[in-house]
Amino acid sequence: MPDNTARSLPDSAANDAIAAVPIISVEHLSKEVTTSDGVLIIVNKAHFSVAAGEAVAVVGASGSGKSTLLGLMAGLDQPSSGKVRIHGEDLFALDEDGRAKLRGRLVGFVFQSFQLLPSLTALENVMLPLELSGVADAEARARSILGRVGLAARVKHYPKQLSGGEQQRVAIARAFVTEPKLLFADEPTGNLDAKTGRAMIDLLFELNRERGTTLILVTHDLNLAGRCGRRLTIDAGVVSTEEHQAEMAM
Amino acid sequence: MNKLLLSLRMLRRNAKSGEARVLLVALFIAVMSVTTVAFFADRVESALNRQANELIAADAVVASNTPVAARFHEEAARLKLDTAESITFPSMVAGDESRGQGVNLAEIKAVTAGFPLRGKIRIADLPGQPDHIAEGVPTPGTIWVPEVLLTRLKVAVGDELKVGAISLKVVALITKEPDSVLDYFGIAPRVMMNRQDLDATKLIQVGSRVSYRLLLAGPPTAVQSFLATFKGNLARGERLESVRDARAEVRVALERAQNFLGLAALLSVVLASVAVALAARRFSQRQLDSAAMMRCLGATASDIFALNFWQFLAMGLAACVLGSIAGYVAQGGLAASLASLFTVALPPPTWLPALQGLAIGMVLLFGFTLPPLLALRKVPTLRVLRRDLDPFDAGASFAYLLGFATLAGLIIWRAGDLKLGAIAVGGFAAALAVAAIAGWVLIRLAASLRGATSGSWRYGIANMKRHAGGSLVQIMALGLGIMAMLMLTLVRTDLISRWQGTFPVNMPNRFVVNIQSDQLAAVRAYFAERKMETPDLYPMVRGRLVEINGKKLVTAEIKDERARRTVEREFNLSWAAKLQVDNKILAGKFWDADTKEKQFSVEEGVAKTLGINLGDTLTYDIAGSSFTATVTSLRKVQWDSFRANFFVIASPGVLEDYPASYISSFHLPPGNEAVVNGLIQRFPNLSVIDLSAIMTQVRTITDQVANAVGYVFLFALAAGLVVLYAAIASTQDERVFDAAIMRTLGASRKQMVVVQLAEFLAIGVLSGLIASAGAMILSMVLSDKVLNVPYVINWWIPLIGVAGGASGVAIAGLLGTRKAVNSSPLATIRALA
Repeated sequence: MPDNTARSLPDSAANDAIAAVPIISVEHLSKEVTTSDGVLIIVNKAHFSVAAGEAVAVVGASGSGKSTLLGLMAGLDQPSSGKVRIHGEDLFALDEDGRAKLRGRLVGFVFQSFQLLPSLTALENVMLPLELSGVADAEARARSILGRVGLAARVKHYPKQLSGGEQQRVAIARAFVTEPKLLFADEPTGNLDAKTGRAMIDLLFELNRERGTTLILVTHDLNLAGRCGRRLTIDAGVVSTEEHQAEMAM
Repeated sequence: MNKLLLSLRMLRRNAKSGEARVLLVALFIAVMSVTTVAFFADRVESALNRQANELIAADAVVASNTPVAARFHEEAARLKLDTAESITFPSMVAGDESRGQGVNLAEIKAVTAGFPLRGKIRIADLPGQPDHIAEGVPTPGTIWVPEVLLTRLKVAVGDELKVGAISLKVVALITKEPDSVLDYFGIAPRVMMNRQDLDATKLIQVGSRVSYRLLLAGPPTAVQSFLATFKGNLARGERLESVRDARAEVRVALERAQNFLGLAALLSVVLASVAVALAARRFSQRQLDSAAMMRCLGATASDIFALNFWQFLAMGLAACVLGSIAGYVAQGGLAASLASLFTVALPPPTWLPALQGLAIGMVLLFGFTLPPLLALRKVPTLRVLRRDLDPFDAGASFAYLLGFATLAGLIIWRAGDLKLGAIAVGGFAAALAVAAIAGWVLIRLAASLRGATSGSWRYGIANMKRHAGGSLVQIMALGLGIMAMLMLTLVRTDLISRWQGTFPVNMPNRFVVNIQSDQLAAVRAYFAERKMETPDLYPMVRGRLVEINGKKLVTAEIKDERARRTVEREFNLSWAAKLQVDNKILAGKFWDADTKEKQFSVEEGVAKTLGINLGDTLTYDIAGSSFTATVTSLRKVQWDSFRANFFVIASPGVLEDYPASYISSFHLPPGNEAVVNGLIQRFPNLSVIDLSAIMTQVRTITDQVANAVGYVFLFALAAGLVVLYAAIASTQDERVFDAAIMRTLGASRKQMVVVQLAEFLAIGVLSGLIASAGAMILSMVLSDKVLNVPYVINWWIPLIGVAGGASGVAIAGLLGTRKAVNSSPLATIRALA
């Protein structure tokens, strides 16, 4: 088993690379699972931070541990060791419900498979996170953002009645409606054709710019990764970073 | 509030899903089934409560088997209570033989003016005319009869009826009379005459079974005072009845019937619970992605629980309300199928049973939906990234214990008796366990045969094994449903006809009772004159058991109701020198004909009820004098030989000095009714009971009860079909996915239909096998233990069971999964991947 510590960023280097206030910091984070063949390390002592307003791409081959890392950063999964802090709060010091509430407050998600609730209309899907956190003007805000993503005419439609691109727009609207500080996107164009995928990415970056959201994007699409300010590469669980790309998201 | 609204919004869409429909329909059927019986029971209860004092036609009654003593009349007069009397006994009534009119046994009620003190008699002037309230009682010289008797006797209004030594003119038709709610057998239609004519009939003689009743009515305090005066101060054969006692007696009989129907109704609840459990699990499984996404968006575990709980609650309430309304409508059918057992019109039901239905529906719903609901709380949030993560683990089946415990509680409550309830729970559990084991073994066996089959059939059988859990549930549920159908159709007819087939051709079909000692020779001669075999004449002495082993029997101290009733009433004792052919000694030894010892031989059933053993001494009181003898043998009596038989027989020399009447039975070949008519003409005090009429009546009642049970079992059948649908639906996603893959790999539509068909045929055959085996075992037990007829295998049962099961399941299964065959493979894989 190789020792990755040397290839991970030292604290000082990471701090130099980002702005003063990290929105998320990942500290010596590992995830291991026990299989019949022994212990498998999926994420190996990852250590980095992401500053508020940054756009970061997590890239790597299939099975490299990208999605596991995303799951750990969002508190969807428990690490074997290490910490994740979002807005200074230690994610794993909270219980499952505590993490859910923190996500409701600070985090938005966009998934490859959209993950819209089939039993709710487009409008209701977008209202959902607001309603879960008890926001009063949920409907007005949801309508407004659906208008912003170009779906004002489709608010009463159920997911099944929408095209893949439209579903992803609803998912993006849902992700931004709570004005999250941090947005995780897992292969957001994976289920879309190239043209729709590009339009979706444009929308994502536009909203990101407008609202000053921090974007962490998991993808194997190098073009898409190229539009992010920074690229984290994961290979066999080991995370390494590449500094600012030519094209900045901001 | 927000979450409740959100939940209802989600329900709007979810309610259209297949699993929500299964849940709704299963609950609907369970609630409908239970409320149908409950509404019916409620109507009977209302009838009993509303017409409480009509049940005894008075506020209180003194009943006695001898004329009511003067002290009761005196006390009633002192308290200024209204009084009336009725004297009831069975006797033959006859029309004019020369005009081709017949003879029939009737329950004769002779009444004094003022009867009834409570309630009204309704009469019609002619058949088919509307009835009206009768003014007074029949005037002397007249008689009122029910229409059924007129038909049987071929007598018209205005004709004369012979009642003992006199003739009375039929002037009205009784349509309703108080003091009869249930007409159990209708064997002896009730007729009413004036008390003043009674002595002239000369019908009341030694050994006559007569009920004398003094009816009382007045202010409650006076009635209470009357009852208080005589309570605990009654002579033998005397009884005080208040409204409450009379109601209790009828109620016990009705409650038994209702408990039985209630248990039958619960079978559908048991089956529905399987469908509810399957549907709730699938519903929750379908919510997994949504729940994980909501966790991502900040929902807590209790939010997830609440959002789904409200949906189940709303669906449950809707199903319960609709089920109750349907139960309200359906009870009419149940009441109609049992209508002829009631002599009064049943009042409409109250809405109370709807609450019972609601409670049962909710208990059922949450007993079986809580486990998947609780599992949903634990959905891993990571599922948004990895769909293979599933919170439903093997331990979840433990949570269903709650559901099973609730069901067991329901069954025990509905049975109204802990022991009966426990037997029913045990019976259900054992039947399910046996069906499960048999199903499991059969699935394994079928799977081992798959190598011998080819192509699509091999895949079909492999599928059944792969969905082994679902297949097992399907097989069990279907097996129970098919078994119920087989029992109600084939087995029932089969058993009844075989039982009747055991009767010898010349089996006695007429009983003659009330023959006096001085008529013996003349009665024997009457038969001899007509060249008929002289029937055996058995003496009958009425006595009351007063002591066992010298210990006085105090009825109030006897806890067992059946034993108490046995002790309270008078026994018909007989004596004989030798054992009757249809009796068998089980313990001890029957006496020699010339024995000088005082001995008793006791029938095993009554011995068990009263705790009588060999060697015990019994003391009887006969008309004030008592005697004691020792029990030297216990007998088994073959009651369905239709010969005269007795619970207690004494050895010769014990009873001969007491006043006795004689009883006999004989076979009357068809077309010889004149023999009976002549017998009654010559001996008017004799009563001839037509057993074939009783058999027909028993058959009618059995059919009616079976129809009522069958009616209730229809719900079970419907529930069974819902289980079938739920079980098919529970594996539908897998089937659709498999089918899509097969289509992609080049399978034709026909090949896929054959795969599905093979699986469903296999499931149908296995259910049919289990059902037939169950029905055959049950029918074997009934043959052996209940009807005492040798068991003969009816090969139609397995044939129809298996063929019916296979074709029914195949058709239903193919209809249920046609989506799997017809969907476009790409759309399917995209939707389910």
